Amino acid sequence: MEILKMTALELSKAIKSKEITVRQATQAVLDAIADYDGTYNCYTCVCEKEALERADEVQKLIDEGKLDASPLAGVPIAVKDNICTKGITTTCSSKILSNFKPTYNATVVERLNEAGMVIVGKLNMDEFAMGSTTETSYFGATKNPWNIECVPGGSSGGAAASVAADEAIIALGSDTGGSIRQPCSFCGVTGLKPTYGSVSRYGLVAYASSLDQIGPIGKDVADCAAMYSIISGRDEKDGTSMDFEKFDYTEVLKGEVKGKKIGIPSDYFGEGIAKDVKKKVLAAAEKLKEMGAEIEEFDMPIVKYAIPAYYIIASAEACSNLSRYDGIKYGYKSESARNLRETYIKSRSEGFGMEVKRRIMLGNFVLSSGYYDAYYKKALQAKKLIQQSFFDAFEKYDMLLGPVAPTTALKLGESLSDPLKMYLGDIYTVMINIAGLPAVSVPCGFDSNNMPVGLQLIGKPFDEKTIMQVAYQYEKATDFSDKKPNLIKA
Amino acid sequence: MDYEVVIGLEVHTELSTKTKIFCGCTTEFGGEPNTHVCEICSGMPGTLPVVNKSVIEYAIRTGLATNCKITQYNKFDRKNYFYPDLPKAYQVSQLYLPICQNGFVEINASEGGKKKVRIHEIHMEEDAGKLVHDDFEDCTLVDYNRCGVPLLEIVSEPDMSSADEVIDYLEKLKAILQYIGVSDCKMQEGSLRADVNLSVRKKGANEYGTRTEMKNINSFKAIKRAIEGETERQIDLLESGEKVVQETRRWDDSKGESYAMRSKEDAQDYKYFPEPDIPPIEISDEKIEQIKNALPELPEKKKQRYMEEMNLPEYDTGIITNSIHLVRLFERTAEICGNPKDAANWIMGELMKMLNDTQTLPEDMKFNQDSLGKIIVMLNENKISRNTAKKVFEKVFSEDVEPEKYVKENNLEVMTDTGAIKGIIEKVVADNPKSVEEYKSGKEKAIQFLIGQSMRALKGQAPAQEVTKILHEILD
Amino acid sequence: MQITKELVNYLEALGRIELTDEQRASSEKDLQDILSYIDTLNELDTSNVEPLSHSFPVTNVFREDEVRPSTDRELILENAPEKTDACFMVPKTVE
Repeated sequence: MEILKMTALELSKAIKSKEITVRQATQAVLDAIADYDGTYNCYTCVCEKEALERADEVQKLIDEGKLDASPLAGVPIAVKDNICTKGITTTCSSKILSNFKPTYNATVVERLNEAGMVIVGKLNMDEFAMGSTTETSYFGATKNPWNIECVPGGSSGGAAASVAADEAIIALGSDTGGSIRQPCSFCGVTGLKPTYGSVSRYGLVAYASSLDQIGPIGKDVADCAAMYSIISGRDEKDGTSMDFEKFDYTEVLKGEVKGKKIGIPSDYFGEGIAKDVKKKVLAAAEKLKEMGAEIEEFDMPIVKYAIPAYYIIASAEACSNLSRYDGIKYGYKSESARNLRETYIKSRSEGFGMEVKRRIMLGNFVLSSGYYDAYYKKALQAKKLIQQSFFDAFEKYDMLLGPVAPTTALKLGESLSDPLKMYLGDIYTVMINIAGLPAVSVPCGFDSNNMPVGLQLIGKPFDEKTIMQVAYQYEKATDFSDKKPNLIKA
Repeated sequence: MDYEVVIGLEVHTELSTKTKIFCGCTTEFGGEPNTHVCEICSGMPGTLPVVNKSVIEYAIRTGLATNCKITQYNKFDRKNYFYPDLPKAYQVSQLYLPICQNGFVEINASEGGKKKVRIHEIHMEEDAGKLVHDDFEDCTLVDYNRCGVPLLEIVSEPDMSSADEVIDYLEKLKAILQYIGVSDCKMQEGSLRADVNLSVRKKGANEYGTRTEMKNINSFKAIKRAIEGETERQIDLLESGEKVVQETRRWDDSKGESYAMRSKEDAQDYKYFPEPDIPPIEISDEKIEQIKNALPELPEKKKQRYMEEMNLPEYDTGIITNSIHLVRLFERTAEICGNPKDAANWIMGELMKMLNDTQTLPEDMKFNQDSLGKIIVMLNENKISRNTAKKVFEKVFSEDVEPEKYVKENNLEVMTDTGAIKGIIEKVVADNPKSVEEYKSGKEKAIQFLIGQSMRALKGQAPAQEVTKILHEILD
Repeated sequence: MQITKELVNYLEALGRIELTDEQRASSEKDLQDILSYIDTLNELDTSNVEPLSHSFPVTNVFREDEVRPSTDRELILENAPEKTDACFMVPKTVE
């Protein structure tokens, strides 16, 4: 079987049984990048030399039987460019970090190294993960493999598109307000936004610290589950990472849909949702019902306050997190700065793109004295209420079901001119980050333009297992995850 | 018109934990620039803080020792501002829920008696780095070694009304911090720094005047001068019909004047908000009780005990208990020589003189704590003379010699062989017939000269009474 | 909340950024749109609601006070645009 068509679990198995070498697998991915990335622009950096060297190292470890326990040993992986990789540029797709080479590895990178995975490159994204289209990248937009005139979604657009375009076997993204799930929905691949605190954020360049989580993007649920088992677990370097039972991905493959109680928030199907999206998601619910799930609609009126609360909290944290980029310690420094003040202002003004500047200004506004209570504090109160409405729902349901995004992938440029419109597209995803919950995005059909639609399953805290079990059964019962776009060589 | 001064202090003290507040880098003072630095304390993208357990304990200890209430649900907040000494561009601090609140320290009031200086709060935060101006290159160099060293900021109420009260408060506070072992309080190394908030008002007025803040003054003497200078400046302004401007001023101790500092940034708004990277900290009743029970005897209590149990004068106990280093020396010395009175006298007399003459602080004393006690024992056992004892102590102070060994090696013991002593004195008598003649002709004073000459010949190694006795035997 | 030119200027200053005139004009409008939308949050009754800053009730995550080796200075300074052998270098800070 062709390497690029394999899932990560299949590929690792083939490598362990000596059908394929790690170098062959790595080379296959590198070749695919060479052939197709000119079209899709998924990568900000490809580390060919390091990857091939690493492939040989890993091969040795596999041959010595040292990686038997790792389900993804030998598998090439691509990593979103806001996750620190020692000696490999980590740019956040921003001019201000365009030359930044971290001196350390993120904890997740250490973990995938320990699991014998091979990093082939860094993935394009919206600048500092701010955006839903990957158009705010300093390195240019990523194109949607299903239609190169469309955006791949964002901010992990490079990650989702690379998996869809077979330029990556599996990828790591990050999700602050939907940045894994929404591009997965737009590109027809599968992604998991884990529970806040289940995956270490150490080494993830912070956007909004209380909302950010790293998660897997893959071809199917099983791959994501295997990847999640590798990266999750308490890390002493991240004070917000939590202790919980070790995740066993094989459990995901055993579950059943039958008897699961699934709630559908009616407010997820209100104004603004595209007809096709609604149809496909409700059809998915119907399918699950056929498979034995108990489906029930319920009201969740707090949905409409999710976006205001999200943009207040995220912008506030972002403006603080992004203050360290000043042209002094690392990153871009303006050539024309003549004094300290100009070093700050010119480096930042030239180094950040407009969307980042907009959120810095918004963040400064909601935190500034006189407005803190009316905005930031209010948003934290809304956060409490939002989390409470989820917890109330979980009294009755095992999980919730809804769309990932109100539309399928938009045309390139369509939302750039109207930031508010772009923000509104996050309505079904941001709440999950605010509440800290896990959610999975799986393909559930195509719209009339043959663009993928994603289904979102939202779980209880640290109950990734149940949502992934249902997602896995749904995926097996349908063929949406098997569909592939027609790829265009560069 | 009479004015009164109103002063409050913000004291920053660097904690003497082994590691920084959020990373494992050492807090050791000095070191080559940027060698006590890691990805976390230099604010590299993606790094996260994890709180040093000891910092919390040190803060609780400080709060309990200054009669504060401990906040049992704690959070850290971010204080955002741009400056090159702050690599993350925010300082992790505590605004909303400081760890200690509503305490006090008792001081000596200027008008006599005691008074309480109330402590508004004590909060934990991280120190910033150091900027060194390089005139040759016309630039500023940044060293992050101090970045992330844990600090307590101890904020007093405006309860002090003179430079003397401020100094007494600082000395009391410093003593407490050293007693409980949370800080070495070395002002010259910046581990104790004070910002002075000062305003003046007409005597009897109800409203406070406009205050100024003088930052980071780093010696007690400079603080005293800064307070006196700023008081005068503000009174002069008011007297000439001008207004005091609320501002931060820098005290230039060499020029003896303060000047307004330019603001750190154009728009100043710290935009405090809860630090999302650090989960809240809960402190249980048991934890507080446990730390309270482990607190050592504090200066005021120790002073009372010295006065009551050892019958020492108040002045002496005040001086000794103000420094943990003097206390340690005193207690060890008293233990060895078995006589607290002697120990106190030597510390108040000889030691104070040497500290003064050499401009040494008690914390910088370098000699073995047993030495003074051993000297007093030798003296009390008549093994050495008082004069020798003083000389040996000087040697101990300057070179940390072992006193018993030093006395032996230099033959400083008192001579016990009466025959030998008598022989030497007889020689002195023989060599000074003129003085002998004078004495015998009734000039009583002449014997003093002979005693002096004998002591010199004996190198001070015989007791003076013994020498006098023998002289009288020979002459009478 | 009404966004004014002055407010935009102030927010630029707070964030140490400077917009072009064109960006400033569009920002005024965009921020106004966004804030007007955000203001719908005022409809939500949050009286007697404790603000929630951390999603889950985790407390007391500590590190033992044990020294770990610092990072090589060369690495710490590696990414700095302006530096000496030992220090980061910035234009003179004036006081």
